Amino acid sequence: MAFLIRTIAIAKSGREIIRDRTIESAGLVIGRSPDSDIHLPDLTVELQHVSIADAGGGMIEAKALGELPFDLNGSTVNEGTIDPNAGAAISVGPAELAISREGDGPVQIIISQTAKSAGAADPVAGFALAKAMPSKRGMAWIFAVAVLVLLLTVPIVTNIFSTPPENDPYDKERVGATMFDAAWSAGALSFEHHHLEDNCEACHVTPFVSVQDNTCLSCHEELGLGDHADMDRQRTGMPPLSQGDAIQWSIAETLGKEGPLGCVSCHAEHEGPVKLEASTQQFCSDCHDDLDARLTDVNFGNASDFGDKHPEFRPAIYTAHFSDEPVRVSQKDGPPEQSGLKFTHYDHMKDEGGVARMAISLDRYGEPLECSDCHMEWTDDERERLRKGGLSEASIASLGDFTWSETDLKQLKQSGFSERRIQDLGDYKPVVMEDSCEACHSLVFDRDGPQFRILSHGDVDTLMAELATMNRGARPALVSGRGRPGQFAPGGRYFTNFGRPMSAYIAINRALETTGVCGECHIPTMTEGRRDLTPVNLPDRFLMHGAFYHSAHEEDAAGNPLECVDCHMTKEQGHEQSNEASDLLIPDLASCRECHQGEAAVKTEEITPSSCAMCHGYHTPTAPWRPRDHPTLPGNGGNDSVAAILSSLRR
Amino acid sequence: MASVPNNRLEQDERRRDADHIGFLKYRRYRWLWIALIVSILSIVGYAFIEQEPRPNGGSWYGYTLGTIGLLLIVWLSLLGIRKRNISEGRWSLKAWTSAHIYLGLALTIIGTLHTGFQIGWNVHTLAYFLMLLVIVSGIWGVFAYASLPSALAAEPMLPGSDKPDAPRDRRQTQESMLEDVAAIDRQLNVAAQPLGRAQCDLVIAALNQDIFYGGAIARLTGAYPGCKTKQALQNIAQSGSEAETSVHDLLARRSEILGLIRRRLRTKALLEVWLFFHIPATIALLAALLAHVVSVFYYW
Repeated sequence: MAFLIRTIAIAKSGREIIRDRTIESAGLVIGRSPDSDIHLPDLTVELQHVSIADAGGGMIEAKALGELPFDLNGSTVNEGTIDPNAGAAISVGPAELAISREGDGPVQIIISQTAKSAGAADPVAGFALAKAMPSKRGMAWIFAVAVLVLLLTVPIVTNIFSTPPENDPYDKERVGATMFDAAWSAGALSFEHHHLEDNCEACHVTPFVSVQDNTCLSCHEELGLGDHADMDRQRTGMPPLSQGDAIQWSIAETLGKEGPLGCVSCHAEHEGPVKLEASTQQFCSDCHDDLDARLTDVNFGNASDFGDKHPEFRPAIYTAHFSDEPVRVSQKDGPPEQSGLKFTHYDHMKDEGGVARMAISLDRYGEPLECSDCHMEWTDDERERLRKGGLSEASIASLGDFTWSETDLKQLKQSGFSERRIQDLGDYKPVVMEDSCEACHSLVFDRDGPQFRILSHGDVDTLMAELATMNRGARPALVSGRGRPGQFAPGGRYFTNFGRPMSAYIAINRALETTGVCGECHIPTMTEGRRDLTPVNLPDRFLMHGAFYHSAHEEDAAGNPLECVDCHMTKEQGHEQSNEASDLLIPDLASCRECHQGEAAVKTEEITPSSCAMCHGYHTPTAPWRPRDHPTLPGNGGNDSVAAILSSLRR
Repeated sequence: MASVPNNRLEQDERRRDADHIGFLKYRRYRWLWIALIVSILSIVGYAFIEQEPRPNGGSWYGYTLGTIGLLLIVWLSLLGIRKRNISEGRWSLKAWTSAHIYLGLALTIIGTLHTGFQIGWNVHTLAYFLMLLVIVSGIWGVFAYASLPSALAAEPMLPGSDKPDAPRDRRQTQESMLEDVAAIDRQLNVAAQPLGRAQCDLVIAALNQDIFYGGAIARLTGAYPGCKTKQALQNIAQSGSEAETSVHDLLARRSEILGLIRRRLRTKALLEVWLFFHIPATIALLAALLAHVVSVFYYW
């Protein structure tokens, strides 16, 4: 069999060099070995790679000689039969062998080298690190676009096209509608505002406008926080700003910031999850040290340090009978309190004498009286009920003799009181006559069968009406020894008293006399020619503008227990000689200073350094201890009342 | 145009001086001093200003530092544009680069004080850390530029370059190294012809492997565990047939030159790698800075 082997090489110039040779043989061996019939000097080729042999009938058989296969017409095979007349292509390593035959001619094998892929244009470029790193430009684009989209565009677009939730101080679940704005937060919010962490729009209402006071007030007005004082007065009362501060604030205000008296100038947010700290003494004394120099009409003194410069306390008391409003009187002036009661502490508290004997004789006391027999603290259970709310009418009534406001009642029945409101109630409940006095000062005035009748306390009209019905049952017989018969006799079913109720009138008059049952404690008076009692004027709270907690004063700074009388005594004699009803037993400045000195004082067993904030609130000084409305003065009542009718009868 | 010898002399002197002083020592460290003074002033101001409840970027001092920092960053990033325009003298690129380096270092102080040391997961801290990344990579760059070129010069000569007829500068140029490898490859191709399949495959693998095989990490560390030349060298014994010995020797030579190439690659990588952080981080920083400033005033 004849094979025409044509080798095509390509010269550097690109010209094809064709070499032909003819081999007469039964078969051929293609391989890397130099003795191969077709020598392919390439390492990918086996030494003896493929054999080509006559398969008879004009066909050729191709067979792999080593381990490696070869490609026949594009498919990888180990052997195959070829019809040279139809043509075939064998590839071995880099060489392409095209096999063909024309008629009976020799088998033609055309060998061409597959073109190697061109190397890199600039091989030296491989030395640059850029070949092994992502492109700088690509990275820059990716990072910059990611930042601008995620951290700028998304928040702004969602902020513009969403409706922020309305502010509600009681709903702590609300979240804002702006997306990814958490990434804008410059720091965690304060403890109290933690629930707004995901609700930026609650404060940041308008883009490029700083947080406004009105936005703060949208919650805080409802939460009962107000201005420290009228804004104009605060501006006048402030010490002048330093030049630097003035320039800063003028710039800030030009740019739309609230001024130095705005909420955020003190309450900076995004300062970490901190609790609201009490202000320093300096914060207060900046203005209050010489406030009267700027606010000439203030009615309270300057203050800068509790130990050094603080005005004497001015408890609000009633200094005259029948006065409508309590007045604030400095302790310095030793104000007489005119409460309308004759009560003296000395009489009731001394260890011997009638009151002590009586207390000893009563099971309820068993020993001479103590402060707590009348002045009762709120119990933990009661405080818990106040806090929880959801109280029934009966439950509210059991709390004691209070005049609750509409808001109070609503909160008691529903949400309960805030901690602040509970503190505002003070540590002690008001003294109630029926609870604290009646054990001795009995209000029993009559018998009705097996029961005693008890006077209603508190209203002279009711008292008169009740006394007028006294003795309906057992009036003394007009003639002794001649009683009515049978069922008409006193105590019988048909007994009726037709006599004038003389004894009732007498009882009314006597009760309201100095020596009568009412006069034991009250000061009798005449109103429009009729017996009456001087109204009782006891403030619920004496010191209005500062907080004081008895619970914090059960021990002194050294840990020794404090007695009530350690603080509550008259200035001159001490409590045991407090034998005047007009003695005011509210401690004065000096007695507080025995333990409390200014902020800079050194803490010792006796001394507690005390800044302004220990007693005073900034936003609440005008509101916290607001005395409840003055109780309605007992009066004569309308003409149709029983008392009025009785009175007219008397005349 | 007539020359003015005196001026010309001065000019030449000046140019020669300028040519021989690097950007670090430019004008007796003028910009180092300026940067130090700016940094110290910032620190002193920070220490003396009382800011309640804690220092933060939103105080007047914070805004001041922030504005200075912002202007600095924008100006520093303009070096990329500036260096493509050629000028000399006061505004020469050397002066500009010197200022770029020292003011960039001062930016660490200004930027850190601007944060008030408040760090969080937010766009503000992102900008801060991108700034730090840019500065740290820049410091690496200065260090690399100052120290690595001498390492480059200290590279050993190519084998054979000590022969008297070797070209004068047979220090390995990149081209010469590649040419050497190509020459060895051609010889290998011939020398390996008599080898068996398995050994051929090893040679093929070695020949086919990219000379620059290995990623950035390999280039920086110089560790190429997958080097096929080395594998072939280990598996083709020197003591075998004549062909094997000759292939082994060629592979050993190839390996030696690859080692030189890789040493060059490492030096170049250490020299260039900072830019792959410095530049993308700068652009990302400019974006984060925009987001930082806009977000602060959007939610003022």
